[in-house]
Amino acid sequence: MTGRFFAGSATSRIAITIAVLLAIAVIVPILNIAVPTGSALHVPNYVVGLVGKYLCYALLALALDLVWGYCGILSLGHGAFFALGGYAMGMYLMRQIGDRGVYGNPLLPDFMVFLNWKELPWFWSGFDQFWFAALMVMAVPGLLAFAFGWFAFRSRVTGVYLSIITQAMTYALMLAFFRNDMGFGGNNGLTDFKDILGFNIQANTTRSGLFAATATALAFGVFVTWCIVGSKYGKLLMAVRDAESRTRFLGWRAENVKLFAFTVSAVMAGIAGALYVPQVGIINPGEFDPANSIEVVVWAAVGGRGTIVGPIIGAVLVNAGKSWFTGALPEFWLFALGGLFIAVTLFLPSGIVGTWDRWQPARPARGTAKVDVVPERIVAPAESSGAHPMAGAKPQPQPAE
Amino acid sequence: MGFLRKVVAACLIVAATLHGAAADEADLRLLVAKFAAAKNFQATEAVVRELGATGDPAVEKLLTALSQGGLYVRKGDDAVFVGDETGQDVQLRDPLNGAPAGVAAKADLSKVKVNNALRRVIRDALGGLTLGSKDPAVRLAAADTMFRNPDPAAIAALDTAIAGEDVTSVKTRLEQARAAAVLLSDLGEADKMTAIDTLSARADQDALSQLTRFHTSAQGALRDAAGAAVALIHQRLALWQVAQNVWYGISLGSVLLLAAIGLAITFGVMGVINMAHGEMVMLGAYTTFVVQQAIRALAPNLFDWSLAVALPMAFLVAGAVGLAIERGIIRFLYGRPLETLLATWGVSLILQQAVRTIFGPTNQEVGTPPWMSGSLQLGQLAITWNRLCIVVFCLAVFALLLWVMKRTRWGLQMRAVTQNRRMAASMGIRTPWVDALTFALGSGIAGIAGVALSQIDNVSPNFGQGYIIDSFMVVVFGGVGNLWGTFVGAMSLGILNKFLEPYAGAVLGKIIVLVLIILFIQKRPRGLFALKGRAVEA
Repeated sequence: MTGRFFAGSATSRIAITIAVLLAIAVIVPILNIAVPTGSALHVPNYVVGLVGKYLCYALLALALDLVWGYCGILSLGHGAFFALGGYAMGMYLMRQIGDRGVYGNPLLPDFMVFLNWKELPWFWSGFDQFWFAALMVMAVPGLLAFAFGWFAFRSRVTGVYLSIITQAMTYALMLAFFRNDMGFGGNNGLTDFKDILGFNIQANTTRSGLFAATATALAFGVFVTWCIVGSKYGKLLMAVRDAESRTRFLGWRAENVKLFAFTVSAVMAGIAGALYVPQVGIINPGEFDPANSIEVVVWAAVGGRGTIVGPIIGAVLVNAGKSWFTGALPEFWLFALGGLFIAVTLFLPSGIVGTWDRWQPARPARGTAKVDVVPERIVAPAESSGAHPMAGAKPQPQPAE
Repeated sequence: MGFLRKVVAACLIVAATLHGAAADEADLRLLVAKFAAAKNFQATEAVVRELGATGDPAVEKLLTALSQGGLYVRKGDDAVFVGDETGQDVQLRDPLNGAPAGVAAKADLSKVKVNNALRRVIRDALGGLTLGSKDPAVRLAAADTMFRNPDPAAIAALDTAIAGEDVTSVKTRLEQARAAAVLLSDLGEADKMTAIDTLSARADQDALSQLTRFHTSAQGALRDAAGAAVALIHQRLALWQVAQNVWYGISLGSVLLLAAIGLAITFGVMGVINMAHGEMVMLGAYTTFVVQQAIRALAPNLFDWSLAVALPMAFLVAGAVGLAIERGIIRFLYGRPLETLLATWGVSLILQQAVRTIFGPTNQEVGTPPWMSGSLQLGQLAITWNRLCIVVFCLAVFALLLWVMKRTRWGLQMRAVTQNRRMAASMGIRTPWVDALTFALGSGIAGIAGVALSQIDNVSPNFGQGYIIDSFMVVVFGGVGNLWGTFVGAMSLGILNKFLEPYAGAVLGKIIVLVLIILFIQKRPRGLFALKGRAVEA
């Protein structure tokens, strides 16, 4: 019931979002390439790069929203999937450099020559082919998420515990990728890219192409999420979010429901990372920093979790704010970000989109049927006992059990 | 009368000593003058032996100069000098007290000649001189030097020194030095057997290298004995290595425990995910810095006590900030742990940036009081005082906290509110205040931890970030809501980490520990010591 209401009411909004994304995928490159530099309609190169980056972040936030907003799994490790996708793409781009590196070695990337590696490690083979790299961009984060989720969900690690071990996962990966003998460039990561699919990565036509690809990927991500959420499976997903034990007692395998969402979400995050790397020109272990993953959560929270459009708006707004602050008032950015975390959780628990929806009295049908904007109902059942005697009473502390 | 007698006696003693010293010096000068008459190596050697036999440290410079060919006799009056050649001239100095004695042309002087045999005699005499020193520390150092460079020719000197030695520790070292020399000498098998026993009793890296060297060259029974001794020492050293690892592990474990113990209260007892916990530790460290700056400026002689002053200050500062966070933010978010996580993360960002704005982004130097520097040697174990202090301090904080939770009225109220809030409220406990004070206590403990950790880590705005993930791991691993679980968790993670480090390296060891914790949580999702009963989620 609720799912159909939700899907029905949101259809027009989703359609508009997809249309807008596809439109900017076409228009922005045209305005960048075809319109002369002096014209008022010209989109400068740096804007293309910047917005392209924001759209990658938006895809990452959307991926997180699929598991957090719709399934109640707060992953503090989504940055790891993003970075793994980025590394897979980075490895392809490193292999494309060929003998144009500083040391001119046709097979080995510069950092390997520098570290006295004699041959390419086995896990680098195949990355000279784009199709293989593209497969790995999806397969590596997907498999990691599948293995991680397989163990975690089957042993019913939920709520805060799951958040903490996802954080431990990205922290462990960060430490691992910082090591030089891992074979991923250590501290410096992968950089100095030259070509992608034979096109010069610095050229503005290539950059416009990447921008178009990112916008299209985001539109596709929105479509996939919408399909998942609107389907019968989507209702199951929300049932697990709101009352996991009850869903299990009704005969559904809650762990499988969660595992599917977690894996799909990780693949989306991996694709976002892969599109991000050629646009910013570097990938290093700093992307695994647990702080980055937590920042993704705030993008989704600002826009409105449990909505499809919200995370996209949140990611773009917060990152635009970050770009402005780090340019104008660099020392105040962390104050602003910290304040945003507090303000959103205290005063705007359903985010911009969720709050806007609630203030629309003209659509009564939706107001009663909404499932995605009442925060207490979203989170509380997931980690405290399903029918806690205190539920609904004044908020009070409970032991973490 | 008694007093007068004492004064007189003292005067007499002083006079006698002065007289004795003067007489000694006169005697020495007579001896030194004999160098002028010594026309061949044998005669010179006799003089050197006589000088060595005096055991007077004053002849040390003279003998050293002689062995380097820097002892001269003036042709005019047969006076003996120590000299430094500068071109055609020689700078002369008095042979005993080193006072400058003018310049003379090279042609007017004759050098006292030395050969290698004589140099060896001089070296022995010098060794005997330091071995005969009045300061036990000098004798100990001499014994150690002779142990590391064993020389069969020194055995006689060592025997004399051993016979005259009355400090047990020095005597043991002298015997060990003698044993090392005996192994290289051509003495009989029985002597060498005793020497092997002496060395294997010492059982350290130096003794091991001496015995290994001997083992490769020895024959027959001696070879077997040496081999057995080498094996024994290897075994002992391996045991010491284990002890060393355990100590390092306990040391790391107590650091983890200090960082996690406040979290064990806020997260474990109250169920609040406080991501700003690391920043409470950082505030404690910065409080230490500020207190030390103030003490340096106002009362420098109190610097030894700066940490004692900083402890209550850090508790108050971090506790007050914690109270403000609880009243201002967290109390609106009870029952929504994931939102609490996000909001406290925001608080942590703000606190970090605030500290960065006030104190700057660079590391601040926090001084260590003199009584905390240096180290303690326990067998083969080197224990630094500051690590030992942290271990002891950590145990004290843990015991205090346990006492507060189990024995005080406040602790009783805290536990009552945790177990059944409504029942506790019906009994007249003001639950909101208990919540606020519990959170303040956890934060204050984190501040205290910051004082201790400022002694071993760089105090920067990112100080707390390094501890937050480890702290959560410790609490989750140990079992939420259980202080003993946190203790066992911290110690076992610390020791496990230090045992992995030699094989895997520091970073890989840490990664392995993280992966093991993730796997462990799959097996026991509620930690080592999970709470049982109706409170546990279905």
